[in-house]
Amino acid sequence: MVQFEVTRYTRVDRPFVLPFASTMPSTATIHTLENGLTVIVEPMRDVRSAAFSFLVPAGSVHDPVGQNGTAAILSDFILRGAGSLDSRQLTATLDNLGLQRGETVGIQHLGFSGATVADRLPEVLSVYGDILQHPHLPSDQFEASRDGLEMTLHAMQDEPRQRLMVELRRRCFPEPWGTPTYGQLEQLPAISAESLQAHYRQLVRPDAAILGVAGGVDPDEVLAVVQETFGDWESLPGTAPETGEYTPVVEHIEHDSTQTHIGIAYDAVPYCHEDYYTAWAAVGVLSGGMSSRLFTEVRERRGLCYAISAVLNSLPQHARVLAYAGTTSDRAQETLDVTLAEMQRVAQGIEPGELERCQARAKSALIMEQESTIARAGAVARDWFHLGRVTTLEEVRGKIESLTVDTVLEYIHTHPADNFTVVTIGPEPLEVAGGIS
Amino acid sequence: MEFHETTLENGLTLIAELNPAAQSVAAGVFVRIGSRDETEDVSGVSHFLEHMAFKGNDVYAADDVNRIFDELGANYNASTSEEVTQFYAAILPEYLPKALEMLSALLYPSLRHDDFEMEKKVILEEIGMYDDQPTFTVYEQAMQAHFPTHPLGRKILGTNDSVSALTSEAMRQYHADHYRTGNMVVAVAGRGDWEELCGLVREHCGGFPDGQTGRNTVAPPVGGQTQVVHRPASLQQHVMQLAAAPPADHRLRYAADLLGVIVGDHTSSRLYWELVDPGHAESADLGYNDYDGTGTWLTYLGCPPEAVAGNLDRIHSVYEQVNRDGVTSKELEQAQNRLASSIVLRSERPMGRLGALGSNWVYLGQYRSVQDDLDTVRGITLDDIVELLSEYPLAADSTAAVGPLESL
Repeated sequence: MVQFEVTRYTRVDRPFVLPFASTMPSTATIHTLENGLTVIVEPMRDVRSAAFSFLVPAGSVHDPVGQNGTAAILSDFILRGAGSLDSRQLTATLDNLGLQRGETVGIQHLGFSGATVADRLPEVLSVYGDILQHPHLPSDQFEASRDGLEMTLHAMQDEPRQRLMVELRRRCFPEPWGTPTYGQLEQLPAISAESLQAHYRQLVRPDAAILGVAGGVDPDEVLAVVQETFGDWESLPGTAPETGEYTPVVEHIEHDSTQTHIGIAYDAVPYCHEDYYTAWAAVGVLSGGMSSRLFTEVRERRGLCYAISAVLNSLPQHARVLAYAGTTSDRAQETLDVTLAEMQRVAQGIEPGELERCQARAKSALIMEQESTIARAGAVARDWFHLGRVTTLEEVRGKIESLTVDTVLEYIHTHPADNFTVVTIGPEPLEVAGGIS
Repeated sequence: MEFHETTLENGLTLIAELNPAAQSVAAGVFVRIGSRDETEDVSGVSHFLEHMAFKGNDVYAADDVNRIFDELGANYNASTSEEVTQFYAAILPEYLPKALEMLSALLYPSLRHDDFEMEKKVILEEIGMYDDQPTFTVYEQAMQAHFPTHPLGRKILGTNDSVSALTSEAMRQYHADHYRTGNMVVAVAGRGDWEELCGLVREHCGGFPDGQTGRNTVAPPVGGQTQVVHRPASLQQHVMQLAAAPPADHRLRYAADLLGVIVGDHTSSRLYWELVDPGHAESADLGYNDYDGTGTWLTYLGCPPEAVAGNLDRIHSVYEQVNRDGVTSKELEQAQNRLASSIVLRSERPMGRLGALGSNWVYLGQYRSVQDDLDTVRGITLDDIVELLSEYPLAADSTAAVGPLESL
């Protein structure tokens, strides 16, 4: 519901969550069904809840050419009745199970996640068995689903900050990895109930699907339920999208807004890369906490903006640092100049304290993640997707502790902040000093 | 789970809900000060002050404050609403002593003039940022339309003019008047030792000035106005409507929460099935917001401009029906299941518990356990809903709109 309080600091991305996982080696049970569905169950102590994260490889990167928005519509359409339940009955059933649920449309996956009191999880999973395998996909409700997405896209168009991040991703990743997850207005008319149903039959398959579960559960019981519910789901191997070219660009989108919204991207290494944690620390020095470089130099010392941040965003093969700053237009040029200069100045040296603060934040976040069933379910599923295994708490802790100023600097020197993609939205375009290096 | 409470000699209250099984601890200071406590000439000062808190005191410079919190690996922030300013940090248990010391340092900052002028720029940027978010703009406009003669109707952030004109002297005076122990509570949730906690708070907060400022909590007159912000280039129309609802200490506030879920939750509710599911609107929500002495039913509609009139009709016929016939026992049970589950889930982490702990103390002056909340939610009956609706029917007394429409 709409209720506002204003905070000292908001981030462009979701609040800080470590983009990696952490569990004791012996606790996660992993099982891959014959049809390909992988289930990872992590029992947790002292929690009454259980959470799940279901990743189905039908994200927007798989949208048919000219029909971007297919995945986004499907994430709504698939919930309009399943098995013996119509749309309202389905929702009522999930509500009565106390499920706090969410659907996400990612570049790679449609995500279905939820949490409830642990003993209700088996029932919840069996409802999701119907949603994924036996959705009604009712043709007479297709228009409503598509209209809903059109309105969402209109609303996003009116919010320059949201729009900026979509436009930045589009330009900073090679095709088709920047495909907008919520689709494009001009392509919606090409999508039909039939195309969506066909897409569902092709893409919503168990082959590379992942189910992460965490909480007060018994792994054997969960596995038995999953086997019974999803064992007959028919497999159909998919194909990987072909990756195209990418050239950094500088682009301005005119918008009658109060602020100029600045998006900056540059290359980094993905989650599966051995230098990932070093890359993470390099971004942490820049934008990890309120004592980090960007917050200190751009906001605290110069008062140029309220919101400024940079995050490491990883796909399986590509990763970028994505940065955002919003500032009133007469100070936008200075904001961009200072931000780019700070990104490059990190290469000149890092104080030991800067790295230690990143390490402290990481270790604290690792422990706190152990208190959240939702965070853990998401983490084990994400780990499996990126690494084909689940990392352990000790492993991650070890990697964080072994970081040194030298290794982080070495990473920065081999992966310098340059070749920037810069997208701005606002009343006036900005200059990128010296063009793109 | 154990609850503890004590009041220091200077009148500062410390409350804690300690849980030895928790892996972290969350600590916060809740100050019963917000935009409604301001006069018009200092509009925005409560929020500005919250920012200035991080600029340090005689012991710690601004850089030190952020650096030390980061060294602790703390998850920390602060926020300001119409009625409460809060400062909080979640940390690993071993860092609680330092975190409490730093939180206490936030409350009595030096308020140096140079820092003030620099942070003013940040605040003006923050105003600019929200200006580009239509859902926030429409909320500010709706509050103004509903409470036109009451400080609750003023913007939390203040305006460009009021913030630009604010002086550091005026802020110092406001701070000295309001940051007094009778307006505060220190709350802690998670793993910790009560005796140690008491010692730490005595050490770091024992010197806080006592006293309390009054707040006029008489229910303010309701405006019933309409405000339209015309943005011809926008694609989506945002409409918000407010009406009177129970105040924060009302017996039926949980019933109001449940009615909000039944009628206006965004995934399954009367409004959802009437407007969102059929594709008439992107959003159609009803929420319940409670304040000291008053409350609001808040209706939010986001849809294409040409669909606004039809959608408002739909919303109002849903409201008429609910006001007339109430809700069904099935709907009530479904909402109870949802709300109970969300209470359990939110409470599993110390950081999730802290907010409830602090706000129950600030608004009700009492401790409520998770079980208390669950029992109350489960105990709400259809008769309670009928009583609620007869006293606070669903309505749309005041309206604000942001988007392509010139008028409604």
